[in-house]
Amino acid sequence: MNEVVIGTGEAVVFWILGPIALAGALGMVLSRNAVHSALWLVNTMLALGVFYVVQEAPFLGAVQIIVYTGAIMILFLFVLMLVGRDSSDSVVETLRGQRVGALLFGAGFAALVGAGTARATRDLPVEGLAAVQGGEGGAAAGNIDAIAAVLYSRYLLAFEVTGALLITAAVGALVLTHVEREAGTRRTQKELSRARFLTDRPQTLPGPGVFARANSVAAPALLPDGRVAEDSLATGIDPQEVTPMPRPTGREQLGSPDAALGALDPTVSDVPGGREGGEHR
Amino acid sequence: MSLLAAEDQPTLADFGGDVWWIVLIKIVGVFGVLVLLTLFAIVFERKVVARMQQRIGPNRVGPRGYLQSLADGLKLAFKEDIMPAMADRPVYFLAPVLATVPAFVAFSVIPLGPVVSIFGERTPLQLTDAPIGVLIVLACSAMGIYGIVLGGWASGSTYPLLGSLRSAAQMVSYEIAMGLSIVAVFLYAGTMSTSGIVAAQADGNEVSFFGLEFTGPSWYGVLLPVSFVIYAIAVVGETNRAPFDLPEAESELVGGFHTEYTSLKFALFFLAEYINMVTVSALAATLFLGGWRAPWPISIWDGANSGWWPLLWFFLKVVAALFVFIWLRGTLPRLRYDQFMRFGWKVLVPVALVWILIVATMRTVSREADLSAGQVALFVGVPAALLVLAVLLVASRATNRDTRVAAVKAAAGSTHPTDAEPEVLPPAGPRRRPAQRTGPSRAEGGFPVPPMDLAVPPSPRLRRSESVAAGTVVGTGRRSTTTIEEDGDG
Repeated sequence: MNEVVIGTGEAVVFWILGPIALAGALGMVLSRNAVHSALWLVNTMLALGVFYVVQEAPFLGAVQIIVYTGAIMILFLFVLMLVGRDSSDSVVETLRGQRVGALLFGAGFAALVGAGTARATRDLPVEGLAAVQGGEGGAAAGNIDAIAAVLYSRYLLAFEVTGALLITAAVGALVLTHVEREAGTRRTQKELSRARFLTDRPQTLPGPGVFARANSVAAPALLPDGRVAEDSLATGIDPQEVTPMPRPTGREQLGSPDAALGALDPTVSDVPGGREGGEHR
Repeated sequence: MSLLAAEDQPTLADFGGDVWWIVLIKIVGVFGVLVLLTLFAIVFERKVVARMQQRIGPNRVGPRGYLQSLADGLKLAFKEDIMPAMADRPVYFLAPVLATVPAFVAFSVIPLGPVVSIFGERTPLQLTDAPIGVLIVLACSAMGIYGIVLGGWASGSTYPLLGSLRSAAQMVSYEIAMGLSIVAVFLYAGTMSTSGIVAAQADGNEVSFFGLEFTGPSWYGVLLPVSFVIYAIAVVGETNRAPFDLPEAESELVGGFHTEYTSLKFALFFLAEYINMVTVSALAATLFLGGWRAPWPISIWDGANSGWWPLLWFFLKVVAALFVFIWLRGTLPRLRYDQFMRFGWKVLVPVALVWILIVATMRTVSREADLSAGQVALFVGVPAALLVLAVLLVASRATNRDTRVAAVKAAAGSTHPTDAEPEVLPPAGPRRRPAQRTGPSRAEGGFPVPPMDLAVPPSPRLRRSESVAAGTVVGTGRRSTTTIEEDGDG
């Protein structure tokens, strides 16, 4: 049996990055915010990538970083960001006792896998990756040649089948989400523009004004004097009551320039819709 | 490997054995070069764009205004550092760092020159290299996306979030095109290490054309033109530069992902953007333009590729690539987002895939038939290129046919030459409330038209100039001035 020889550099890298990777894994499980979880996972993946490089598999390390952290986790983040940034987990447990159960099962699974791996590899001779992956050019030609040689000769069929599987999945997802539209039913930009110019307002409708308090479609825009801008009302939705903007805290204490000028309190905007706008709902 | 690749040419075995202070010098050198190039690129961009817009550009700070970006950088450092109330603090703080660090790291594998002697130690002018050299650059650019994405998300504001969503989709898809464009270079060079790729471009291709012996070009930009073009387009998208600067489209998204950032954090984003530009320019020079090797007329001189001279050729190539970036920004309007993504996925990626297939086929054929690369390029590549150009010409004429016909008819005096006036659609649904009609009604037919009896009042400018003597010199906005003769009855 060979003696296990670990170089100083490798040992240093291991003892620095090992805790970091572990902290990433724990942080991923424990953090409340989904995006923070994803970032902890990125941390662990990066540490793993460096481990691969240190263990003389630079190609694997680079692919780990490019594919996993660069593409897959970015897509995760993409979805998480679309969900919204306030999507922290609720503290209430929906399944009773699931944490205890998860802890038990997790520990049991880890013990099983660890024990199995330890038993299976106990009497294996230890060899460095450099010794194993001697391709045509030997160990000097390195990791890339060795992987290419194995991938395109011995595992060629598995490689191609995996590729076909991935393509099938991608095409399937496209087909399932594709909405078939009859050709010509979609109005062109030119037609839409013509239709718009037939109305009395060729320009865009007003959005919520500077005095509006919400950007919901139901909240009408306010004109500078506090009345509702009728053009901004959406059809089919009951317009919201527009509550007047509260004064910022500290105004009273500081004294506002308005107060110095006299009564300029928003007396108009306390009646949403104003007087002229009248019975618009 | 080849005849001319002398002992100056570093190989992979030359790396990793440096003394610690050499490594330190190299690290500091790369850092300094990147920061200086950033400062230079900013002022260079402003001056070049100004020239293109017939302005002068910055000319106040330092000699001819060349210290302007230094002053701007100092000013940025002293600005107030704002933390938005809705920001996610740790991520908001982390994002600019995540954008900047990979940008610096990526430059470490760029070869700046051959083996030189630094204080008696012979060492290659490159911080480090690996069998996977180019993949390190790709990995770093993949990590750089996080800075932008997280910066937009952590700001807790709408426009930055939209900008970062855009950038996530954009950079991931253009990175695919970029990676695919490099594959052909790997196939030709037979290695992924940057120094190896430069070495593979060292010698010209010996081509014998019916008894005529000559040396063809060896740059991959010439041998693999399609790869070069795809790379050039993809890195513009990858670095968020105009015309692909959608993540920070100021007409739509205020400032995009860095709207809420101020002071040094904003400066880091700025730095990262320009360093990324420098890095992809340097990578373009390395992969496609012969790296630090001298271009052809200079390379006849024997000493051109040894000693410290290659630094000059390298940086000239980098500055030329930077100029192209700036040129694009000064020329092209920003793309619409859907057009941009369609271009990336439906044009760049398929073309890159087909091109890889062609290159691999040509490599196999040349190996089986025992042809040299130059012969393959001459007997297969040139006819294929001519064929593709001919097909493109025919196709573009076919797609432009309607426009050409319309132009001819319009020149003959017809206003709607192509087709009959399409029927005008009714207004789009009961969306708008009937508004009180005020002002004059619109003309029939939809479009607002000016009144038929519109009398254009005489221009006040013309009236004013009547008091001046006729035939004065009037500035026209161009750089030359024109003399305008005015009639008496004007």
